[in-house]
Amino acid sequence: MSTDSSDLAETSSSSAGDRRPTHRAMEKSGAPLVSVRNLKKYYPVSGGVFSRSKSNVKAVDRVSFDIFPGETFAIVGESGCGKTTLGKTVARLYEATGGTIKFDERDITDVDGKQLRQLRRDIQVVYQDPSSSLNPRRRIGNIIREPLDVHNVGTKSERRERVADLLEMVDLPVEFRHRHPSALSGGQKQRVAIARAIAVEPKFVVLDEPTSALDVSVQAKVISLLDDLQDELGLTYLLISHDLSLVKNVADRIGVMYLGNFMEVADSRELFENPLNPYTEQLLSAVPVIESHERSLKPSAVEVQGETPDPQNPPSGCPFNPRCHHRFDACDSVEPELVEVEPGHLTRCLHDPGEKRKEVIQAMPKDVAFEDRKGSRQD
Amino acid sequence: MSDTEPTTSDASTSTLARQLEDLDRVVYRFRQNPMSVIGLGIILAFILIAIFAPWIAPYPSDAGYAGEPAVHYDQKFEPPSAEHLFGTDQAGRDVFSRVLFGTQLSLKIGAVVLAAAVSIGVPIGLAAGYFGGRIGMVLMRITDVFLSVPPLVLALSVSVALEPSLTNAMLAIGAVWWPWYARLTYGEVLSVKKETYVEASRGVGASSVRTIFRDILPNVLAPITVKMSLDMGYAILVASALGFLGLGAQPPTPEWGTMVSQGRDYLPAQWWYSTFPGLAIFLIVLGFNFLGDGLRDMFDVEVQ
Repeated sequence: MSTDSSDLAETSSSSAGDRRPTHRAMEKSGAPLVSVRNLKKYYPVSGGVFSRSKSNVKAVDRVSFDIFPGETFAIVGESGCGKTTLGKTVARLYEATGGTIKFDERDITDVDGKQLRQLRRDIQVVYQDPSSSLNPRRRIGNIIREPLDVHNVGTKSERRERVADLLEMVDLPVEFRHRHPSALSGGQKQRVAIARAIAVEPKFVVLDEPTSALDVSVQAKVISLLDDLQDELGLTYLLISHDLSLVKNVADRIGVMYLGNFMEVADSRELFENPLNPYTEQLLSAVPVIESHERSLKPSAVEVQGETPDPQNPPSGCPFNPRCHHRFDACDSVEPELVEVEPGHLTRCLHDPGEKRKEVIQAMPKDVAFEDRKGSRQD
Repeated sequence: MSDTEPTTSDASTSTLARQLEDLDRVVYRFRQNPMSVIGLGIILAFILIAIFAPWIAPYPSDAGYAGEPAVHYDQKFEPPSAEHLFGTDQAGRDVFSRVLFGTQLSLKIGAVVLAAAVSIGVPIGLAAGYFGGRIGMVLMRITDVFLSVPPLVLALSVSVALEPSLTNAMLAIGAVWWPWYARLTYGEVLSVKKETYVEASRGVGASSVRTIFRDILPNVLAPITVKMSLDMGYAILVASALGFLGLGAQPPTPEWGTMVSQGRDYLPAQWWYSTFPGLAIFLIVLGFNFLGDGLRDMFDVEVQ
């Protein structure tokens, strides 16, 4: 794994050298910090001006997963797959349509009022675009102090000191407290947003595409900062991203999302080396590879096909079937379930996701593999 | 860069320095538009006149300064001269002095009307926009009802229903003005509400009130300020119109609209009686409009 992370480590600051993407996952034991079961978030769509009939867009549909203390759980998927909605619903920024969210073994799905505001201390969010997540009319110092003010942490002078400490923790000069967000660069603004998020010492931080609005040169530094803060403060991350190469280096476990639900969930290394779901295969094949020996799949064997379907009219059966290169007859009628096929490795696919299939796919060109599977299914 | 600044520097002084820097930029942008500078000049002149009227006016007692307006029937309808710059009216009072004192009244009317309109309209718009749903719908429908009646007609009926007087005229105008602020604020809040920093404020755990006052209100103030400066002239105009129709300030109050109305009987022979108060109305409305346009360009906002 150390070779995998080298491309990132080269461009990031000195602290990136001791990156260890998977060891936290090994420690996972005991109760999960966040436990999501059958979570649903539907958006009503009206049928038109004169029609009262309403249908739903199932942005998040029956999603279940756990996040263990200290780990980074990443959600990846194409835009529109519901990953941001999922993250914000878990953070209780959006109301869930159904299902349960447990935090620290406590059901938080329906807490509101004062309890919800207290919960906000433990769960913080870093947003995608720091230019819009910071109020342009307030100074950096006030923005970072906001959570401290809201939760009445310490005295006035203690808060002032805390803001200075926080700015230092995110590698920004203390003088920045007097500036407005417009005077900062994108990367600096995202550091401010991170400082605000960690100000009240949360346990759990939802990172909603924290680097996708930033210049490539800055992305690695922000990721490295987040990684350092995680070690320093014992944070648990839910990282939302569409960038597999970024996720590969920082996530302990990865959930691949498609049309509102996971297609595959696995440890980071396992997912990259041994993807079991055709959708994951397609995603991985779309990641540009510089050094050819890194590939675990023949990139020519699978290619991303077609466009994401309209979430208002999802395909019947397996949601991925219209784009799938392993598609067979049953795929458009039977909806597969997310099943654990290897310890800690879940996939949603009607194909036998066993050892045999991996060998077949790796050994043969796609058409042969496809025919073979189809044949073996039918007999 | 401020890297050279010592980190222990006194925060308050450096904040002040930055505020002055901000101010510099604002002044620069304002000065880019010559019309707004002219507008500001006109308004400043009127404000100075309003403050120093008792000392500038040659005959303060003619305008009712310290007592009822004096009468000098022996000097009635004298044309403009060095002694009476704007001539005299039917009671021999100096029109120039009365126009100067009228400035006080007009500015007061504008300020009171707008203060009333803003303090009713803005909270309604904020609440309707932020909470939305049923509360928002009810509040905005009430606003629509007020908006559906032409403001001058509504102000007229309110003035008639109450006793015609300057105070009641201000009340009436304020009562018809707030819906515009409610609607403007509502629209602005709807767009600001979508900003991520409002969601972030909620995510941090801030209460609704805190979010509204810290994150939403400061970001909707610019268009409200611009509308206020544009409306100031219009409010003065409406107050003058009420005065002209006999429903606002009553003679012999030196209110411009009332004076124009009175002088109308003596047109065109004694043209100065109506003309100079009319010109004053024209100038102050023009000034506020220029100023408002300048502010609008400066803040780069859209006001309907």
